[in-house]
Amino acid sequence: MSASSPTAMDLGLQGCPVCSLVSRPAPGARKGRCPRCDEPLVFRKPASVERTLAYLTAAAICYVPANLLPVMTTLTAGSRESDTILQGVVLLWSPTGWPLSLIVLFASVMIPSAKIAALLYLVFTVRRGTLASGAQRVRLYRMVELIGRWSMVDVFVDTFTVALVQLQPLMSVEPGPGLLFFAAVVVLTMLAVESFDPRLIWDAPGLKPAQRKVQHA
Amino acid sequence: MWPARFSKVPLQFKNQHPDCNQPLADPSLIACPHCDLLQRISPVPPGASVRCPRCARELGRSRADSLNRSLALTLAALALYLIANGLPMLGLHAAGREAFTTVAGGAHQLWLDGQPVVALLVLFAAVIAPGLQIGFLLLVLLGCRRERPPFWVGSCLRPLHFTRTWSMIEVMLLGVLVALTKIADYATVLPGVALFALFGLVLLLAAVQSCLDPREVWERIEWAEENVRLHSRLHSRAQREREALP
Repeated sequence: MSASSPTAMDLGLQGCPVCSLVSRPAPGARKGRCPRCDEPLVFRKPASVERTLAYLTAAAICYVPANLLPVMTTLTAGSRESDTILQGVVLLWSPTGWPLSLIVLFASVMIPSAKIAALLYLVFTVRRGTLASGAQRVRLYRMVELIGRWSMVDVFVDTFTVALVQLQPLMSVEPGPGLLFFAAVVVLTMLAVESFDPRLIWDAPGLKPAQRKVQHA
Repeated sequence: MWPARFSKVPLQFKNQHPDCNQPLADPSLIACPHCDLLQRISPVPPGASVRCPRCARELGRSRADSLNRSLALTLAALALYLIANGLPMLGLHAAGREAFTTVAGGAHQLWLDGQPVVALLVLFAAVIAPGLQIGFLLLVLLGCRRERPPFWVGSCLRPLHFTRTWSMIEVMLLGVLVALTKIADYATVLPGVALFALFGLVLLLAAVQSCLDPREVWERIEWAEENVRLHSRLHSRAQREREALP
């Protein structure tokens, strides 16, 4: 990193993610600890790239059954109908309901896949040591962080449809096996976002955090 | 209204933990959490915010009367939280029958229908995490009113990021809206009191988020809990030694 913009790590300092105090690791200490809030400190989240990739792989695997298996089963007198997420979107499509239908389509189908793609892009550029367009990449990370939680919306839709429509024997709704996989996709992508360290976007290539020596020691 | 900071001298840390970092002499130095750029921030003028020059992450914002306003908003949020979870949220009227459900009732039905994992997730995101969020906020803000904020204030401030990430009331409200539209085709839907309380709760929690300045809280604490534990240990050892003397 250039001398004009030193990072805390360049100077052997650690910023606390909780209380934002900057402090210097004690000589010879294995693990840092914030003197103010006692939070364990690291220069970069340990194995950030590997953990993010692991969560993303798991999420991508769960994404397939989440979209193929039914999330809801409607039981009426004598008939039984199962809907996947996409079928739910189609059912919701009507002259009045189309905005909500679009919201569900975005939140349930597009956001999870876009999230996985965006994080993969971030992970691979960090791996390759790309330093260009850091500001855009960190903006992408923030967007993923902000929007990601909204994919939970379909889980809540199914929860409250199931909870309300319990008019046995006339009509009732049951959750389907796809719901578990869909919830898993949402949780796993959120964990992937949490384990990715955006500070890696700016680090010079070839210098892994573990290889850095605390320079003052 | 708020008592003056106990210690006027900045960064008088006495944390004696062997792995404890050394604080810097200059407390205005901060590292951007998104790009680690080291920078010095001066006090923010009213109505302004400070952004990192490299990645544009917001680093600080002037928040007038942060602790009082946050406390008022959190108390209001607590009241709405109790209403939102104690009263029915949605009702259904069809074929001469009525059925009501609460927020937790939704998770319970999912549990009964063989989806215990998703049920727990829904319960956590819609009930437990917001509850923890409000509880921790209250502990922090009430603890800060003491002249010497107790050590647990810091411990309660630390999990706030986690509870904020996983508390999803606003997402749930959108989900409820979609569910209502779906059901409205074949049954009459009756919105309950809790639904309106949830709308208010979303607004209040967002307001607390923009009012609370965690840095102000940390400036008031200035002790790490380890430090307090250590001090109480040293204190009791000194007492034992005194008692052992003839």
